[in-house]
Amino acid sequence: MSPAQASAIAASPRDGALEVLRERGQREVFCGLTGIVWLHRKMQDAFFLVVGSRTCAHLLQSAAGVMIFAEPRFATAIIEERDLAGMADCHAELDRVVERLLARRPEIRTLFLVGSCPSEVIKLDLGNAAQRIGARHLKGENGSEGVRILAYSGSGIETTFTEGEDACLTTLVPEMPAEAPGAAQSLVMVGTLPDIVEDQFLRLFAELGITNVGVLPARRAGALPVVGPNTRYLLAQPFLGETARALEDRGAVRIDAPFPFGADGTAAWLSAAAAAFGIDEMHVNRVIAPGRERAKRALERYRPALEGKRITFLPDSQLEIPLARFLATELGMIPVEVGTPYLHRAHLAADLARLPEGTRISEGQDVERQLDRVRADRPDLTVCGLGLANPLEAEGLSTKWSIELVFSPVHGFDQAGDLAELFARPLRRRDVLRI
Amino acid sequence: MQLAVWTYEGPPHVGAMRVATAMRGVHYLLHAPQGDTYADLLFTMIERRSARPPVTYTTFQARDLGKDTASLFQNAARDAVERFQPQALLVGASCTAELIQDDPAGLAANMKLPCPVIPLELPSYQRKENWGAAETFYQIVRHLADTSVRPAPREGRRPCVNLLGPAALGFRHRDDVREIRRILDLLGIDVHLVAPLGASPEDIRTIGAADFNIVLYPEIGDEAARWLDKTFAQPAIRTVPIGVGATRAFINEVAALAGVDPALALDDPSSRMPWWSRSVDSTYLTGKRVFIFGDATHAVAAARIAHEELGFTVCGLGCYNREFARDIRIAAKEYGVEPLITDDHLTVEEAIAAAAPELVLGTQMERHIAKRLGVPCAVISSPVHVQDFPARFSPQMGFEGANVIFDTWVHPLVMGLEEHLLTMFRDDFEFSDAAGPSHLHGHSKPEPVLAPAGDIVMTAEAAPAAEGDLGWTAEAERELRKIPFFVRGKAKRNTEKYAGEMGLAAITLETLYDAKAHYAR
Repeated sequence: MSPAQASAIAASPRDGALEVLRERGQREVFCGLTGIVWLHRKMQDAFFLVVGSRTCAHLLQSAAGVMIFAEPRFATAIIEERDLAGMADCHAELDRVVERLLARRPEIRTLFLVGSCPSEVIKLDLGNAAQRIGARHLKGENGSEGVRILAYSGSGIETTFTEGEDACLTTLVPEMPAEAPGAAQSLVMVGTLPDIVEDQFLRLFAELGITNVGVLPARRAGALPVVGPNTRYLLAQPFLGETARALEDRGAVRIDAPFPFGADGTAAWLSAAAAAFGIDEMHVNRVIAPGRERAKRALERYRPALEGKRITFLPDSQLEIPLARFLATELGMIPVEVGTPYLHRAHLAADLARLPEGTRISEGQDVERQLDRVRADRPDLTVCGLGLANPLEAEGLSTKWSIELVFSPVHGFDQAGDLAELFARPLRRRDVLRI
Repeated sequence: MQLAVWTYEGPPHVGAMRVATAMRGVHYLLHAPQGDTYADLLFTMIERRSARPPVTYTTFQARDLGKDTASLFQNAARDAVERFQPQALLVGASCTAELIQDDPAGLAANMKLPCPVIPLELPSYQRKENWGAAETFYQIVRHLADTSVRPAPREGRRPCVNLLGPAALGFRHRDDVREIRRILDLLGIDVHLVAPLGASPEDIRTIGAADFNIVLYPEIGDEAARWLDKTFAQPAIRTVPIGVGATRAFINEVAALAGVDPALALDDPSSRMPWWSRSVDSTYLTGKRVFIFGDATHAVAAARIAHEELGFTVCGLGCYNREFARDIRIAAKEYGVEPLITDDHLTVEEAIAAAAPELVLGTQMERHIAKRLGVPCAVISSPVHVQDFPARFSPQMGFEGANVIFDTWVHPLVMGLEEHLLTMFRDDFEFSDAAGPSHLHGHSKPEPVLAPAGDIVMTAEAAPAAEGDLGWTAEAERELRKIPFFVRGKAKRNTEKYAGEMGLAAITLETLYDAKAHYAR
């Protein structure tokens, strides 16, 4: 075993209490390209063009399942041997593909050129290509709205799964209009949420009295919120480190909160936003009480099934820590190991602080050794990717496949019960089957 | 660069994974970036395998580039051999690792590993999945076959064969092997080895002990079979036994080569397909236009069944794997259609729309194209989705395979009686358009062929007439709506084409029936 692969138990200098198992080795995770699958559903006039290999196209097809067939707003420009012969040729080819694409899909207002492992290894400068092609499309036909062309990396060498969304949103931040000098304080909710959840949160903000609310990403290219020193931003997703940094570069200030999973998580998240806007606590409680009550009622139905059950999360999306917090504090589950591909200590501080004493937290992965730990721990439920789920089931371990947690509506009061159901269902199934 | 949303084949290293996963005692060390492990779930989810594929990915990240990707590879090799104790280690690169030029073969050779190491050169930017599988299997056979092993003398033993080509993620490979074993058993022939599916490196060592080879899937097994013929003088049977006729030919060839009586397998009482196809209910199948697309082997076999065994008219034939385009060209000539050799699904979609078939036979992609066009469809070839790795026995090969094919292809078509009823009672509330096609999956309503009734309806497609658009009179349009939905599109197209050729300004009731007479079969 090499030092690079040896695992190290590193105590953080910032909080002596938190021990994190750091591992390097084989990782069983998606790359950031996968983010396209839900990002393109959210941004209704955006197109995602991956510049990559046949492998990239194959991955998207495997991850997007049947979405491939509904005239999707994503595609891969597959690099072929002749593109590798010389760089100039490569740029000319890319121009040709993009022009053809924009001619075919005139409704597109934002085009993302998405970098992949192959495009990065051959040092194909997509940022430069985006500027060059973008200059030609500043204005559409007869002065109509043009096409904004941006570039980000979703490659496996740079990004893990949901980090693809982080990279994508980071490129949108410079595109946000600057707020007017002396503008009133505004709120930006950051992170892709299903429309139904986003609408619930916007209604709650309005009821709280926070009227000036924007969403990143916006559903349409022209609807990006303003940003500046009077902007407060609230993360709806835990995997947005780079986006947060870009927002802060433009003067925005983060509201610290746990992530909005479950009754208490959502209440704390909304309360943190209300506090930042100086809203009276009595009013806040009045507004969130009904939703919180509904969520608690829904969760009570699942408590008998989940209480006392031991759960392990394998690293996947960075949602692991807030979800473990939710399951432990609101449903009485016992997190054994909580693995995350990357741990942003500042953004997750509120959730980390609420995790039960003795939870093993791991960052990164050496999949074989981690599976050895799963076999030794024998948790009641293992949250993992689809490459591992059936093999673990065959070993007699119940699993919950993790991707569903990224695609399904799980945030907020009215999804708390649905979120608990996702974890309860495999256990219930294990108990009902008599074969 | 090729713009693609859908790709019929994965990259060549996925083909290598299919071979490694099919075998026992083999491990594949793949130099690849983080994220390439997505391919594992093709095996664990689509094929529902209960174990992870035997693949270790080095999963290098950006911070490793330019410094220790080579040592990362060697560490991963050491760990994998120690943990899995394989009888043979495959080493290779995915598309990204191919670009960083670490030379997996050289790196592994220097390590003096305790098992044979088989390097794979799979050019990701020129080749694809099937080629990768064929090349991998060929390299395995070449490296592991003991060239001193020869068949035992024939006196006092049954003939024995190798079955080459079945792999993981293969369309119906599991059940095809079972069905072919049954046929060989009837003939009194032993199977020495099935490979790669279920074979170990030790099994491959003795591959020379068989009298001859049967290549079930040329896309994967042919390369190895050619080398075996050269090295061991093992002839190969290349007739693919899909369909009744092809199965009979296959049995005759195998029996001749083995020196046994073919009648032992030819008179199989479980072969029901010929009678099903001759029975009167199947009369309605006569001349149904069918468009066929898939891998070349399955497409050519399907065309023969469609033409000779079901009485369909083949109106389109193509494949996505260029390596076997020749087979498609020969078959297309036989049926008088233009061969379609492409891996671009948009081209396939255009060809299907232009051919206006009544049934599409294809891959998962054609299933979706057909759904969009409102045409019945059955799946005959990879790539396929999870429902085409069924729990039940469902081969494509042999007589049972032919039974399965008859049911599978005819099921989506409106059965003769139902078609008859639809025509007789087309205004009946239960058979009206609003009820939708009963034979397509419930929620997929076909696109309305016409806009809501107006006096003159402009057609959506550009009319062939030079004088501008062709309009339908209200009366003609009402009549068109009475035609059953599954032939209405064709009637509309034919009528408009006819009107265009005749230079008519509008389409009347007369035009509709003149066109019908004009195009009558």
